[in-house]
Amino acid sequence: MTVSDDQPWRDPSAQPFLRIKGLSKHFGSVAAVDKVSLDIYRGELFCLLGGSGSGKSTLLRMLAGFETANAGSIEIDGQDMADVPPYRRPVNMMFQSYALFPHMTVADNIAYGLKRERLPRAEIASRVDQLLSMVQLGDFAKRKPSQLSGGQRQRVALARALAKGPKLLLLDEPLGALDKKLREETQFELMKIQEETGVTFVVVTHDQEEAMTLATRIGVMRDGEIVQVATPREVYEYPNSRFVADFIGSVNLFEGRVSEDGEAHMRLDCADIGAEIYVGHGVSCTPGQRLWVALRPEKVRVSTQPPAQSHNVLQGVVDEIAYMGGSSVLRVRLANGKLVHVTQPNLDRDDAHPVSWDDAVYLSWGDTAGVVLPV
Amino acid sequence: MRRLLGASGKRWVVSVPGLWLFVFFLVPFLVVAKLSLSEAAIARPPYLPLWEWDDDYLTVTLNIGNYRYLIEDTLYINAFLESLRIAFFSAIFCLIIGYPMAWYIARARADRRNFLLMLVILPFWTSFLLRVYAWIGLLKPNGVINNMLMGIGVIDQPIPMLQTDFAVYLGIVYTYLPFLVLPLYANLVKLDESLFEAAEDLGAKPVHTFLTVTLPLSMPGMLAGCLLVFIPAVGEFVIPALLGGADTLMIGKVLWTEFFNNRDWPVASAVAMVMLVILVLPIMLLRNAQSAAEGRT
Repeated sequence: MTVSDDQPWRDPSAQPFLRIKGLSKHFGSVAAVDKVSLDIYRGELFCLLGGSGSGKSTLLRMLAGFETANAGSIEIDGQDMADVPPYRRPVNMMFQSYALFPHMTVADNIAYGLKRERLPRAEIASRVDQLLSMVQLGDFAKRKPSQLSGGQRQRVALARALAKGPKLLLLDEPLGALDKKLREETQFELMKIQEETGVTFVVVTHDQEEAMTLATRIGVMRDGEIVQVATPREVYEYPNSRFVADFIGSVNLFEGRVSEDGEAHMRLDCADIGAEIYVGHGVSCTPGQRLWVALRPEKVRVSTQPPAQSHNVLQGVVDEIAYMGGSSVLRVRLANGKLVHVTQPNLDRDDAHPVSWDDAVYLSWGDTAGVVLPV
Repeated sequence: MRRLLGASGKRWVVSVPGLWLFVFFLVPFLVVAKLSLSEAAIARPPYLPLWEWDDDYLTVTLNIGNYRYLIEDTLYINAFLESLRIAFFSAIFCLIIGYPMAWYIARARADRRNFLLMLVILPFWTSFLLRVYAWIGLLKPNGVINNMLMGIGVIDQPIPMLQTDFAVYLGIVYTYLPFLVLPLYANLVKLDESLFEAAEDLGAKPVHTFLTVTLPLSMPGMLAGCLLVFIPAVGEFVIPALLGGADTLMIGKVLWTEFFNNRDWPVASAVAMVMLVILVLPIMLLRNAQSAAEGRT
């Protein structure tokens, strides 16, 4: 398998399966979706990630056909969707509220789409059975939705949305109504089903952990625009803006001015932390330019002794410690009062040299640990 | 102690409507029931007493003849059947006209719904009797409608509309339409919009979405609305009396005639009793429909 099989978006000759071009939707004077262009490839599990009001749900509803665009186009498998009503689109949606028909049994809910296609009865029955066993609800065929638990309803909704074998499955906060434990289990189930069926999934979520777990790629949305499209790792390790760095995971942001711009390194003068930051790779910038460095908490080392390196070292006092089980989160206060967040893995059951409140500590990080951001 | 007070407090609160029902429903009901078993007489009041003390003997005379009379004279059975028929079709007509109204209001923008609902209730601000009289002015041979149609040359002769079954239906449907629209609206407005979208998403055209999702889910509202039209329409007196013809036979009219023209209070009471029994059935249906609707949401 080549890289481009696995990551078709890296292959310039690959044909996108879903092509969104300059799509806009205005509600009154508000642009809910603003000139969004996006290519999604066959078999992807694409997550649209954003806060409330970022336009992610509106974008999804436009794909389903429930909202008409003010500008731009949507193409699915080479077919323009502008004049195609929702009931003719090769797209199915799993609703946030599940939208199960309360007056129908589980089996009738799943069969609903198939009946609209006027398939033979026997074929519908066998397809429903197949879907019920896929979502492990074989014994619940005759139940009404009101007699199911939240997790079971979620699976009925998924089975119903998959029943017609859509080219594209849209999922609106598919795990939003489930509790944490069930959500984690269901995430993997969802990925398994996506792999088995090979259907292209577009998932809308506000939960960055969910997006990181599920997605082949994430599109981060803000104020109706897509600000970054990348794999989960890229979005986390190489955010393209302070907004993305801050939105995904937690981050320390340091503001500074370029004091030295070398071929393979640069230095930033950070008044923020009263120190200089050394970056071990070239950055296209001009001396004096204002830049930001985003530093993930887990990339920072904490020590009570001065570290060996001469740069990227800060001194501070432990302000707060939160023990989270797998890791501990420390808040370290620098001399100028700025707080730096640090995550330390708890590798041993007993910590021989525990860092405690009000301890004076050194913080240090590698030359390439931080991300330099111009915006 | 608090529980005791709470319990007696609850009893006090319940006792007010209880007393109301006792004084204004149960007592009159028992009076009518008693009357229906007595014998008519030319007297004051125009019936014989049900019981008499004579020395140590209490003589109770129960006259079942009034009820037998209702069966023997086909007038009453026909009147009952005709009333049920008119009430039934009135409810159906109300449903046909009212469903789109209720649907439209339920689907209208939230800030416009109250205005639209007010338009539905607005006719109640004018006296019911006045509105029925107004229909006479519209429907009579030289009334507004006939004059207009003749004025523009559509017809040469006035169409007889007043004192027909058509006028009775028109009056009932016009009067009782809000009773259908309001419960149906309350039902439709509660339905989750995403259900319709889900149906459409799964390939249902708007017609199919309506038939397979909207219609079955609005059944409780339709039933409640229809019964709220049907029940009062069965006993309706004013509309058939004012808009109907001499041959419009409705049980409310028969009852009135029996009571005031024939002064046969016992037979009139028997008619009222039978009507009550007939109407208890749909009222129980209504209650079941309401509890089913509540159980679903």
